[in-house]
Amino acid sequence: MQSSDDRARESGGGPERSAENRGDHGAPARDVRHEDPWDAPSALGRDEWYGAGSPAPTLPSARRERDAAARAREVYVEVQRSAAFQEVRGRYRRFVVPGVVLFLSWYVAYVVAATTAPGLMARPVVGAVNVAMVAVLAQFVTTFLLTWAYTRHARLRRDRAALELRWDTQELTRETRGGAW
Amino acid sequence: MTGDHQTLALLLFGGFVAVTLGITTWVSRRRRGSAEEFYTGGRLFSPMENGFAITGDYISAASFLGVTGLIALYGYDGLLYVVGFLVAWLVVLFLVAELVRNCGRFTLADVVAARMSERPVRIAAGTSSVVVSVLYLVAQMVGAGSLVALLLGRTSGAAQAWTVIGVGALMVVYVSLGGMRATTWIQIVKAVLLLGGTVALTVLLLLRFHGDVDRLLVTAAQRSGHGDAFLAPGLKYGGSWTARLDFISLGLALVLGTAGLPHILSRFYTVPTARAARRSAVWSIGLIGGFYLLTIVLGFGAAAVVGPAALRASNAAGNTAMPLLALDLGGGAGSTGGTVLFAVVAAVAFATILAVVAGVTLASSASVAHDLYATLRRSSGGQKGEARREVAVARSAAVGIGVVAIALGLLARDLNVAYLVGLAFAVAASANLPVLMYSLFWRGFTTRGAVWAVYGGLLPALGLVLLSPVVSGSPGSLFPRVDFQYFPLQNPGIVSIPLGFLAGWLGTVTSDEMPDDAKYAETEVRSLTGAGAV
Repeated sequence: MQSSDDRARESGGGPERSAENRGDHGAPARDVRHEDPWDAPSALGRDEWYGAGSPAPTLPSARRERDAAARAREVYVEVQRSAAFQEVRGRYRRFVVPGVVLFLSWYVAYVVAATTAPGLMARPVVGAVNVAMVAVLAQFVTTFLLTWAYTRHARLRRDRAALELRWDTQELTRETRGGAW
Repeated sequence: MTGDHQTLALLLFGGFVAVTLGITTWVSRRRRGSAEEFYTGGRLFSPMENGFAITGDYISAASFLGVTGLIALYGYDGLLYVVGFLVAWLVVLFLVAELVRNCGRFTLADVVAARMSERPVRIAAGTSSVVVSVLYLVAQMVGAGSLVALLLGRTSGAAQAWTVIGVGALMVVYVSLGGMRATTWIQIVKAVLLLGGTVALTVLLLLRFHGDVDRLLVTAAQRSGHGDAFLAPGLKYGGSWTARLDFISLGLALVLGTAGLPHILSRFYTVPTARAARRSAVWSIGLIGGFYLLTIVLGFGAAAVVGPAALRASNAAGNTAMPLLALDLGGGAGSTGGTVLFAVVAAVAFATILAVVAGVTLASSASVAHDLYATLRRSSGGQKGEARREVAVARSAAVGIGVVAIALGLLARDLNVAYLVGLAFAVAASANLPVLMYSLFWRGFTTRGAVWAVYGGLLPALGLVLLSPVVSGSPGSLFPRVDFQYFPLQNPGIVSIPLGFLAGWLGTVTSDEMPDDAKYAETEVRSLTGAGAV
């Protein structure tokens, strides 16, 4: 418990601190290796931990007057409210929500067109290839493209910030549990 | 079929079984019997290994035998399966893979139960996981059965039954002895064999047509007897509006079902981090997408080279299109090349079935032991003893699930494999997906909402299948003599998936329970950052 309080002071805690750091979150992304997602990944977990020596924690700490159990719960609530986490969540949602809407409606449009407009789908394009065949190939292409876009977005915009939050959160929960993690 | 085919195919298959059993013994040599090891293989697989294993887990007899058969018989309409099976992976990648890896331990229920009152939620999610797995297993068993019927030249009888039983027995051995580590390696070996075999066949097919895909399509259309209609939608799902609605229903089930399949979710627990889970999903999308592109070519190739009459004569549902195509590409019946290729494809198909069956059995035995058993008698014994007993239960649950799947597989042996898998997907999408999505993304979700979401999707999905033309009331159904068909569609997805989401919402808004904001914060923070992930 004591250690938690010490840490609170050290980290200069509070949302202000996280707010300052917000601007940085996009920047370190450029340092991350631009590996091609289709390449063989490197040995397992090797670069999962690249953020280990990350800058000081940016989380608001638990308040002193709470007892340990309540504070362990509190940690997650406070992390959730922190600007750093809101930023990670926002980035995730701003990519995933439009993405899901896009590919699901494109897929449903394809299925509905195949059932209700067979005339259109049977229209020839080149040789034996018709609109329906092109639509299937287009579904494959968009799937591959979205996969690439998602991994790229996650790697450049989310991974580093999420990893920092992970260490900080684990640090905080460990302390509130008196090192019994 | 001549004796040569059979002998060689059985030899090759015997080789595969020997190798996989070797892997199983080797892997289980050093086992310590911990739950972590049994369910997840110690979470130490690399993304590439896991990507191959997912491919091996996902591409089932339904894809290798069923979908090619559907394309060969019905042309374009078979392609819907391929597109649905692939696009579904975007749902997995975007919404499920990383988040589930971050906040679960072994099963789907882990993710949901973390926020809720544990007992009812675990029982509900565990039950639906087992049901989905059993349905999926039935499809694989039917695939095994029709393959054997082809190999041994008999369409029914003891040989087929014994094969299904043999496959069941093997899977029990793999799973109960080797756990996740053996299952994973079997899936990796199978994925390599499957992809290799598919590429080889495609090359041979394209060589036959001098690389002219256009001519292949034209030949397929001519030979099918449907002309250009073969290359456009509508042959199987055209005509009546019921059939068209069925098509849409199936499409929804396919795209939403994958993210609710327990054996797919459990694969993401075998890698160390969420980032590795994402990369394994990327690997599998690449491999699965490539495989399906080749499947399309091979399906049309079977129509062009073998012809629908011969396909129908061998298996009415088209499940044997792939081996027949191989026989022809190798030089026809009686030739050495034909014999070898046929045997290779048959052995690959067996390997496919075994690997998938092992994966599904493992996932469902995890649900039985970790969700159902552990919840129903969580009291006596220390933590450690309890975990060991749980693994013992999981091993014996594999046996029980195997028996149920074998029995149902013998009953359903005349249905198309891809169609049966469509049912499993529909149930997964109705019962598992809503509760998973609500738990991850809805702050106000409550215990009652979770329980209702599961049963509100599971029961309608199963009920509608029971009342559908598949079970009764038409010549092709399971019980053709009786008629209790009240639901016109073969696939229940279009009704039951929205019902699952609706039930979850209704249960939540009508419950008195205040949603626990701190628990949701924990789920949200853990799912997006990986804090506290095991």
